[in-house]
Amino acid sequence: MLRRVALLLLLAIALAAAATARAELSFPPLTGRVVDAAGILSPQMRAALEDRLAAQEAKTTDQFVVATVPSLQGTSVEDYANQLFRAWKLGQADKDNGVLLLVAPGERRVRIEVGYGLEGVLPDAVASTIIQTAIVPAFRAGDFAAGIEKGAEAVIEILNLDPAEAEARARKAAEPAMAADDWVPLIIFAAMIAFWVFVVYRQMRGGYLGRRRGGAALPGGISGWEWSRGRSRGGFSGGGWSGGHGGGGFSGGGGSSGGGGASGSW
Amino acid sequence: MPMILTIARRRLLMPLALLALAVGLAGCGVNNIPTNEEKAKAAWSDVLNQYQRRAELIPNLVETVKGYAQQEKDVLTQVTEARANATSIKVDASTVTDPETFRKFQDAQAQLSGALGRLIAVSEAYPDLKSNQNFLALQAQIEGTENRIAVARRDYIEAVRVYNTELRTFPGVLWASTLYRASKPMETFTISEEQMKVPQVKFN
Repeated sequence: MLRRVALLLLLAIALAAAATARAELSFPPLTGRVVDAAGILSPQMRAALEDRLAAQEAKTTDQFVVATVPSLQGTSVEDYANQLFRAWKLGQADKDNGVLLLVAPGERRVRIEVGYGLEGVLPDAVASTIIQTAIVPAFRAGDFAAGIEKGAEAVIEILNLDPAEAEARARKAAEPAMAADDWVPLIIFAAMIAFWVFVVYRQMRGGYLGRRRGGAALPGGISGWEWSRGRSRGGFSGGGWSGGHGGGGFSGGGGSSGGGGASGSW
Repeated sequence: MPMILTIARRRLLMPLALLALAVGLAGCGVNNIPTNEEKAKAAWSDVLNQYQRRAELIPNLVETVKGYAQQEKDVLTQVTEARANATSIKVDASTVTDPETFRKFQDAQAQLSGALGRLIAVSEAYPDLKSNQNFLALQAQIEGTENRIAVARRDYIEAVRVYNTELRTFPGVLWASTLYRASKPMETFTISEEQMKVPQVKFN
């Protein structure tokens, strides 16, 4: 009996492990703006493209990343691109202005995945046109470098098509101003802290033997002051804005994508 | 003296006890059910948005195809009917806790996906249609929307999984049976391969 239970348990664990293994895709690390995991680009081409993409981010804060992968691991290019986009968190957190050009030479599939914030600037139909006219013809001729370069150029051109819009994007992301809405919860929160501080203070002072009692009780239990300090620290740290502007490293800014863009094959 | 001491202690302990209770409750996940419920509802409205967007694109697509492929009447009628059927089902936030309506909604949308897939497939046979700019743009938009639907559904399934798990596991099950009796488990999509398939288009 015990053996059977143990066997069942083992089976359940194995099944669960298999299920998670199938659901989880493994992604190459985000080492830069060009991640050539499939190894189809020359170092010079990679460096040139990196500079081009970095210049675009400096200009409009759009995070445009080019990736090549050796395998889609059995899923569709749409699914893989979306999950990769989200794993890398491309685009600024408050703007979702990321673009991912994904090339899977093994499956002969290519996709431009567009973050939520750029869906208006780079709609599906435009992404599809870029793939059909700039990328696929070169890929058919076997020239990955040319296809990727032309495709990236076309995407950058579209991103800068409307200078006023591009500038507005850069401005809004560059200075995350505090809106009026943000102050209301802050004031309420401050009032709450003040209330608790007041209550604890009153108790410490007002009670008979209060000072001694208070001194003994406060450090031991959860004191109002400690609690509110911990809370306020958590409250202020949210909404962090971590772009790829710092030093040498590059990381996603916290953006997301809902599956916008287009795919193609050759 | 001991009397006074007890009173003093009580006066000190009351607010502290209240505070400890509040923090303790939050730590026990008393907020998890409403939080997860709201997340799942948001994911659901995104699913509805994407289906709505697809429904809005279809009349345009049907008109464009009609201009080139008049003889594909059957498929065109099927798409129009499936769209009418899908949009006739009234869905809102409460649909997610109503298995009957949810199933109807899912079936109608699956039927529409199938009809749309057939329409795109038969379009392949008309070179003039395939080189029409308007058609190409619509096709890209439909494909993009199908993909957004897939993503929105995946997000919804995950949000509901988290929410339903919270309802049925400790300590959430305690709150579900006391504070949040109105919070019911939500329905989720059953992903059949056929339904999930995005209309395949070849560009050759």
